Amino acid sequence: MSRAVKITGGLLLAIIVVALIGPLVSPHDYDQANFDALLQAPTLERLQLFGTDDLGRDLFVRSMLGVQVTILVAVVASLVSLFIGVAYGAIAGYAGGRADALMMRFVDTLYALPFIFFVILLMVAFERNFLLIFVAIGAINWLDMARIVRGQTLSLREREFVEAARLIGVSPARIVFRHIAPNLVGVVIVYVTLTIPQAILVESFLSFLGLGIQEPQTSLGTLVDAGVNQMEGASWMLLIPAALLAAILLLFNFLGDALRDQFDAREKL
Amino acid sequence: MSLLEIEGLAVRYGDKVAVDDLSFALDAGESLGLVGESGSGKTQTALATLGLLPATATVDGSIRFAGAELLGADERTLDRLRATRIAMVFQDPMQALNPYLTIGAQLGRILVRHDLANGRAARDRVIAMLERVGLPDAPRQAGAFPHELSGGMRQRVMIASALLCAPELLIADEPTTALDVTVQAQVLDLLDELREDTALLLITHDLGVVAGRCERMVVLEKGRVVEQGDTREIFAAPTHAHTRALLRAAPRIDAGGLRAIEAGPAVLAIDGAEVRYRLDGRQRLHAVRGVDLEVRTGETVAVVGESGSGKSSLVRSALGLVPAAAGRVLLSGAALPRDVNDRSLATRRGMQLVFQDPTGSLNPQLRVADIVAEPIVVHEPGVDAVMRRERVAEMLARTGLGEEFLGRFPHELSGGQAQRVAIARALVLEPDVLVCDEAVAALDGTVRQQVLELLGKIQQESGLAIVFITHDLAVARSISHRVAVMYLGAIVEHAATAAVFSRPQHPYTQALLSAIPVPDPQNPGGKASLAGEIPSALTPPSGCAFHPRCPHARERCRSEAPAARDVAGSRVRCHFAGNL
Repeated sequence: MSRAVKITGGLLLAIIVVALIGPLVSPHDYDQANFDALLQAPTLERLQLFGTDDLGRDLFVRSMLGVQVTILVAVVASLVSLFIGVAYGAIAGYAGGRADALMMRFVDTLYALPFIFFVILLMVAFERNFLLIFVAIGAINWLDMARIVRGQTLSLREREFVEAARLIGVSPARIVFRHIAPNLVGVVIVYVTLTIPQAILVESFLSFLGLGIQEPQTSLGTLVDAGVNQMEGASWMLLIPAALLAAILLLFNFLGDALRDQFDAREKL
Repeated sequence: MSLLEIEGLAVRYGDKVAVDDLSFALDAGESLGLVGESGSGKTQTALATLGLLPATATVDGSIRFAGAELLGADERTLDRLRATRIAMVFQDPMQALNPYLTIGAQLGRILVRHDLANGRAARDRVIAMLERVGLPDAPRQAGAFPHELSGGMRQRVMIASALLCAPELLIADEPTTALDVTVQAQVLDLLDELREDTALLLITHDLGVVAGRCERMVVLEKGRVVEQGDTREIFAAPTHAHTRALLRAAPRIDAGGLRAIEAGPAVLAIDGAEVRYRLDGRQRLHAVRGVDLEVRTGETVAVVGESGSGKSSLVRSALGLVPAAAGRVLLSGAALPRDVNDRSLATRRGMQLVFQDPTGSLNPQLRVADIVAEPIVVHEPGVDAVMRRERVAEMLARTGLGEEFLGRFPHELSGGQAQRVAIARALVLEPDVLVCDEAVAALDGTVRQQVLELLGKIQQESGLAIVFITHDLAVARSISHRVAVMYLGAIVEHAATAAVFSRPQHPYTQALLSAIPVPDPQNPGGKASLAGEIPSALTPPSGCAFHPRCPHARERCRSEAPAARDVAGSRVRCHFAGNL
């Protein structure tokens, strides 16, 4: 593993561990209002490291909860897109011909839907909940994944070890899952690490618009939204969650790039 | 003082040594062959001389050209030297030519860059050079892009670009390895003829090429010089063990050959095979035209031809990997469906394939044990894991690989080991017919010899029938009982191996045989007796497809396609075979 992968991966892991343990260790609760300490600036007193918000809730605990929710949403959404995208792309690519053409035109059609309006409609039509966000984000990300996987599969299909498997009599399903899918792993891992920040951004954007996670639950996007309203008097309410969001996005992007360099290098050997 | 003096040259990448304490000298006007297997440091030496090694390489020692030190020289000095005084011809002209520039334009740039000529003068000089290398209709072809030329023509353009500034030293790195044998002879002749008093450093793995073209030779092994001296003397009395091994492994068309097998029932019979590919638009490529071929138990049939002859398409259609347009394939007397996906497991078991690229045919994510076990898993699902492992180990042992290979991944294998694994996978189900598609073309001489011996041994043990596709007549001679020579999709000559090599009947076979370089300085072969290259199968010539290149072509050949007939024990497609 290269040093870049270790460093970025280690930092991300550290953030996640702190986000998981922090709220347990802290004396404060994420939904406990304290009207004696509204808009408290960060202080060591009562361990309110990140200060409080306009309802006197501890911002450290809320930020850590936001990190948890944001990363959870992003990872789950990416996994959803991973499974749908890899299966769909590999099948389309291996089947080829008319089946491939039909399946890819379906993907093109979904691409053409204006995503944000689509989500807003969904939100209006149904109760807002967690699940819907996963579905909405996963539902666009798998399209890219399917295209990438299909392209790779098309070239893998022509490789000689796949022809050898066909001559032996290996069934198409076994060829896809045993010979093609494992050779997609490199590309897929890299792509997933790069879709996670994309999913984080979408989630934050939806939450910022007030369409995402609802109070008293929170996410980094929701926190930034609240922070914008208090920007003049309590800048920490904006700066702290925004900085966390930026750091996580950067780390995931770096990790994806570092992984890609590593897999590209292996390809060349 | 020699023109080029290399002393104690060492090239390292980290702790990997590519070239180690290498010394030799080359006089003005001399031709020197640099010989070795892949990884012996031949190309690294050439790149070091030109200052083209990547920045990750550490270089020590001394390279002097006309007395001036090149190692450590600054880029401007080297730049003045390259092209004008030292030029290089690379192996693959498609990689070495810029695809976005017409050949005239990129050759012209060399002259302009070095202030040798400008504008019209440069253009005239380029066209004159292209004419000298034999590019037909040079003024018009100068406007062509590299992809519009054939492989042989592209290599001629490369040679033109190298000789454009009349350099004192020409380095040719495997200049003909990517070319067909009849074209190879033409290109080598051209190099000899045009270089005049330019010194030539010819890098090659082919001892036959060196025997015919170089006055002196240097033999490399693992980055070290093991032997150098006069070519004739080294061939006559090699002193180093590695040179002897190379000479022994060099396949020769003037030796070897197996006796034909007594007639018996055919295991595999291909009957009237036709393969057509549909290209963009309405173009149809007729790759195989009505070919009949039979293989009997215990027999090896070599299918020989240059690239584009349809030999791969023929066997791929028999295997069902490309759809045949017509014809039948019979395995042990039973007709097979045309598409491999429609064939039953039992019939698939009967015929297996070994590919050219040994690592490409093994799944990089699977271990050797799983690769060889897969056919058993598919065909005999009842066999448990312990039994399977035992059979895999046994099969690997037959191909000469120990148990330590079971857990390895393909990238941990050398080319020869990977090819043994591929052979083990193909044979683990004990097929009746093994098809080898250029199965040794990617291997070095000594390893190639071992793999061929392995196939021969397995055939003797099991009575396997082998169809061996190769462009290399020497390989065909050393392993086959019968040979079928293909040209533009049809078999032009088909006979027992000994007959084909001792009395070839078809003019194409005769030309092929004389074009092959023989590793013997007394009688080096490699004569260019054919003009031009194989025509495109998209626009095949009328009548006999070979007539535009045939030295004996007459009026009848232009209009009438010859039928196959028996001449002196060979089946030949030529109107005049036997009376030439």
